[in-house]
Amino acid sequence: MSIEPTPTGGVPVEAEPVGADIDAPAQTPPSPEKGMFGIQGTGDVSGFGGLVRRRPDLAGTPRPFGGYFDEVYDALEEAYPSFSDAIERVVVDRGELTLHIAPEKIAEVCQIMRDDESLRFEMCSSLSGVDYLNSDPRRLHVVYELLSMTYRRRVRLETAVPAGGSVPSVTSVYPTADWHERETYDMFGVIFTGHPNLTRVLMPDDWEGFPQRKDYPLGGVPVEYKGAEIPPPDKRRVYQ
Amino acid sequence: MTSQTASGPGYATERETTEGRVFTVTGGDWETITSAIDPLSNEKIVVNMGPQHPSTHGVLRLVLELEGETVTEARPVVGYLHTGIEKNLEYRNWTQGTTFVTRADYLAPMFNEAAYCLAVEKLLGITDSITERANTIRVLFMELNRIASHLVWLGTTGLELGAISMMLYGFREREYILDIFEETSGLRMNHAYIRPGGVAQDLPESAVRKIRDFLVYMPKKLKEYEAMLSGQVVWHGRTKGVAVLDVTGCIALGITGPVLRAAGLAWDLRKTMPYCGYETYEFDVPTATTADVFARYQIRVAEIRESLKIVEQALDRLRPGPVMISDKKIAWPAQLAIGVDGLGNSLEHVAKIMGQSMEALIHHFKLVTEGFRVPPGQVYVGIEAPRGELGVHAVSDGGTHPYRVHMRDPSFVNLQAIPAVAEGALLADVIAGGASLDPVMGGCDR
Repeated sequence: MSIEPTPTGGVPVEAEPVGADIDAPAQTPPSPEKGMFGIQGTGDVSGFGGLVRRRPDLAGTPRPFGGYFDEVYDALEEAYPSFSDAIERVVVDRGELTLHIAPEKIAEVCQIMRDDESLRFEMCSSLSGVDYLNSDPRRLHVVYELLSMTYRRRVRLETAVPAGGSVPSVTSVYPTADWHERETYDMFGVIFTGHPNLTRVLMPDDWEGFPQRKDYPLGGVPVEYKGAEIPPPDKRRVYQ
Repeated sequence: MTSQTASGPGYATERETTEGRVFTVTGGDWETITSAIDPLSNEKIVVNMGPQHPSTHGVLRLVLELEGETVTEARPVVGYLHTGIEKNLEYRNWTQGTTFVTRADYLAPMFNEAAYCLAVEKLLGITDSITERANTIRVLFMELNRIASHLVWLGTTGLELGAISMMLYGFREREYILDIFEETSGLRMNHAYIRPGGVAQDLPESAVRKIRDFLVYMPKKLKEYEAMLSGQVVWHGRTKGVAVLDVTGCIALGITGPVLRAAGLAWDLRKTMPYCGYETYEFDVPTATTADVFARYQIRVAEIRESLKIVEQALDRLRPGPVMISDKKIAWPAQLAIGVDGLGNSLEHVAKIMGQSMEALIHHFKLVTEGFRVPPGQVYVGIEAPRGELGVHAVSDGGTHPYRVHMRDPSFVNLQAIPAVAEGALLADVIAGGASLDPVMGGCDR
């Protein structure tokens, strides 16, 4: 896969770096539907087996969302002309609003979220990545935690791209996103087009691969303890 | 050699001396030509400060371009202390996570643990089931930790700006707080004391006595610091009008905490988005308006006073009760106790599971080896750490391990302000300005 260098001087990545496609299994295998400890059938002596696990809500939340979420949603719809193209899904979970945004629209949405008088999300608290390997074809998600100091509200924007995909940089809207985007590039390999200086920030400059991806191994060394050898954490048995 | 001498504007002047004829080559139009390349009038040098420099608070590297003493460009380089805490968390269970996150910002371990545990509890939906005593102990320890962290800031910044006694005083008083932590958790730093569901073990009476003593001792010491620094001419010279960053600059760059409050915005998550019952405590949010290093100093000293107020209120409302959630599917099965060889399972618990109840043994084994499952989803929790907003974004896929945890560490974000406060200032002010942001590289690099 090759990615063209961005016109503004973003980092060109010629090929998938070594380590990014190591054929290691994702460290969390699919887990059973029932049981506190994944117990199936009988054999449950603890009483935990009776619990039914909740499925992740992939369908999105129907309206009304409750709280200030409806206000935020309506204000954004009113202020942003291509709202219906940008919003992919709305999820309200555990008292938090997540707007899933089409990747190419994210910078525009952030601009509206910051500038519109009834939204006023002045600060981008955090920006980071999550790798949903094997559960989403657009596996790399970028998560924006916006904070409105005026209204004391938080909203999460989320956008998803496949490996090697690119997302417009929001550094022109939120200068604080500079290092956050560098870290997300560093750890997940998401390319932020329009970023002034998209280089690695935590890993060494010549590092190969994107360490926080789920198919990137932890790479620990065995621990020797009183003559016995304990394998590194990612080689140990996983109790799921 | 010719004896004939030439004169005129194109020739050098000459005079006879005992050593012979001397030509003086000056003037003419040369000055206008040489001034463009003269190294004395156009001296631009690049200085690499750090990563091993005593005044960079750990392993921060600054690449500075200087013209004389003036910084024209500053580039912070971070990552020297990256330890992969976030990646490691994905290979351990949710409870083990506290032992990792506590090591991120090592001057504010209680805050790392609290933010992480609040996120896990929010994912589990048990935020309201945390016992009152556990919440009070969390507040108590976070505020003690805030005092300890601000004392280190005072000490190290004093050291860097020439008030070396302040370093000794700051670290001396911090020892009292570390003693309290040691008395309770068995460890001076990296406690892993706050756990999902509550705290690892109850606050002993001896620690309460120590905190009471500290509440009497600390205000006197604060007065001493202020007597030493607040009116001192050198301290004023090094801090007043230095590294100014106004509210707009702070918000654009994502700067929170004392730096933002020193610029005049009373944004404190304990007040604006309360957690752990902070809304029930009485305290003020100190602000200043000058937005310089001196204002940040004043804010931090004032915050120590406010934290002492909160600690006192928390002590007064401590009532006997459980410190771990009653839900046996989440609560750590054993109350830990400090034995002769450190922190471990209490002897009564070991006697019970080994001698009396096989069910209890199975239960203990299941919870300790596998851990509890957390329903899938994602949450973000932000708390007010000593350096600003400490956020934890936690994602669960429904398993016993975190799927992804990201820590939004204030040091990482605040360090982005270094070019803003350093460029155009003197080299010495880079030290003062950088120190006033209070970066801790363990938190920045994680």
